[in-house]
Amino acid sequence: MSDLHHDRQTSTVPPEGGGKYYWLDDKKNTTKILWVLVTVCAGLIIADLFYHKHVVYDFENWFGFYGLFGFFLPVVLVLLAQALRKILMRDEDYYDH
Amino acid sequence: MITEVASNIPPGLILIVGALLIPFIRGNMRSAYMLLLPLLGIWQLTQMDAGTFGTITIFGLETTHVRIDKLSLIFGYIFYVAAVLGVIFAWHNKDLVEQASAIVYIGAAIGAIFAGDLITLFVYWELTAVASVFIVWAARTDRAYKAAMRYLIIQILSGVLLAAGAVVRAAENGSVDFGAIGLASPGGILILLAFGIKCAFPLMHNWVQDAYPEATPTGTVFLSAFTTKLAIYALARGYAGTEELIWVGTIMAVFPIFYAVLENDLRRVLAYTLNNQLGFMVAGIGVGTTLAINGAVAHAFVGILYKALLFMSLGAVLHRVGTAKGSELGGLYKSMPLTTVFCLVGCASISAFPLFCGFITKSMIITAVAKEGYLVSFVLLLFASACVFHYVAIKIPHFAFFAQDSGKRCQEAPINMLLAMGIASFMCIGIGVYPDALFSLLPYPVDYVPYTTSHVVTILQLLAFSALAFAVVQRIGLYPLVQRSTMLDFDFSYRWIAPEAFGWLLSRGAIAWETMRDDMLSMLRNVIKTTIHFHGPDGIMARTAGLGASAGAVMVLLFVLLVAVMS
Repeated sequence: MSDLHHDRQTSTVPPEGGGKYYWLDDKKNTTKILWVLVTVCAGLIIADLFYHKHVVYDFENWFGFYGLFGFFLPVVLVLLAQALRKILMRDEDYYDH
Repeated sequence: MITEVASNIPPGLILIVGALLIPFIRGNMRSAYMLLLPLLGIWQLTQMDAGTFGTITIFGLETTHVRIDKLSLIFGYIFYVAAVLGVIFAWHNKDLVEQASAIVYIGAAIGAIFAGDLITLFVYWELTAVASVFIVWAARTDRAYKAAMRYLIIQILSGVLLAAGAVVRAAENGSVDFGAIGLASPGGILILLAFGIKCAFPLMHNWVQDAYPEATPTGTVFLSAFTTKLAIYALARGYAGTEELIWVGTIMAVFPIFYAVLENDLRRVLAYTLNNQLGFMVAGIGVGTTLAINGAVAHAFVGILYKALLFMSLGAVLHRVGTAKGSELGGLYKSMPLTTVFCLVGCASISAFPLFCGFITKSMIITAVAKEGYLVSFVLLLFASACVFHYVAIKIPHFAFFAQDSGKRCQEAPINMLLAMGIASFMCIGIGVYPDALFSLLPYPVDYVPYTTSHVVTILQLLAFSALAFAVVQRIGLYPLVQRSTMLDFDFSYRWIAPEAFGWLLSRGAIAWETMRDDMLSMLRNVIKTTIHFHGPDGIMARTAGLGASAGAVMVLLFVLLVAVMS
């Protein structure tokens, strides 16, 4: 996102609120959280090998189906929403004139 | 003795009549009194036996004021619980309009739940509309005033359709009994439209996103719980197993999420989510098997809890910071750590995380849809589930409490707000951990095991990867920026197209009127001119002839007469 640069700036500026330090203020730590998430995802996919899925439809049995479904469809959602935004977005006071 | 009397009072009346005393009590005593009313109501429900009473015959039609069965009881209980949560959350609020109208509104919704016939239902149905509009007005802003007017018109329309449907049904089969209705008759279609408006069916949904976010932080908490869930109850009662509802519900579950991604006002995001969660319930009602109906009712039950919790957490933010817009918030976890935790509990619940209430109930609906072979609907509901995590459970905490620090510092939410959020969180987790408590309240016996390895792992996969998708999209800069904006939705049709079209007609009409008036005037002028020409001072008809000429004319006439007589 465009605030990557901005984030880096705020981490060098002393944090507000009485100079209290927050662990999440450091960009490095949010990256750590991202890697933890990646590890969790990998673990969950591997777990697919070790149990018997109770499913209604065959495609649910494909290896990693739910993971891939959960990853790609929200991305499609965001891309579609981006396109819709161009059509649907107006000023905040659009109806107030 | 007391219990006997209590079990003969219609459940909603405790609140409606009780609300009459609210203006005479002041300060904390008033809040305490308002808390006492729903607690009394819960106690009353525990004293009541299944059955009907209050049967009155009006114009030869039998109306039943109160019907107690498992379906109405579970909604009665959760409405009272929502009332308790709302009153605690609004404890500090001393706005008489909002307080009194909220209690009447809740009472009317409960009365409608226990109504045994369509006439009684209609009366309470309209009372919820009228009482709730005052909650929106209580915000006392210009935007709220206008949104409330639109809200009122739409709600009253729903009531009118319900009344029309009831009349048609009475004419068709001589009874206004409120049981299974179905779509076989015109009356059934009218009543479905009435329920559909309150249930925010696609294209009838916009009043939710329009009016709810304009109310006060506390008012929205009250509003979120009752109107739409009352409609869910009414659909479950009247239209269980109506296949069309599966498609309606699926569209409802999918289509609001696009708006939720784009919307900036986080309370409006929640209003879109409310719509999307209703979609799951409507789809469940459409499937109509015992598992599906249980799932829909259970989902309505927990939906009230987590939706109230989410609206409370953002209400607390709005109360402290003065805005709930994603573009202006961020980093609030530093100032409001407890509110952040409660918000996260609500998010985990709505996105069906294992050990939270949504996990139990949403999966009942999705399983029922899959088992009955509605493949497209199943895939779309899964899509909506993955996305709801993406756009609510991550978006809202991300932009409000984390993300880049907005520099805004404030106090933690007041103690009463924290208490209300705490109770709601406790219930969300409690039901998630021990679902049997909820199962025992459901209308049908439950034969469903939520916690299987297969189910837990697949849902976790869905959610973890959805979170990963958010993180990746956010990092590479694809996620839509939140910024101050208005998203055009169906209200565009009645807030822009209709006024513009009307304006166009008026301006065209004005031109037509001008032309017509000019034509008429010139015609009139011609008539006057002609009249003056013939009858004016110099007109031929006004000339005075000489005496001799007159005498000559008379003689000619007499001569003609004489000749005529003689011959």
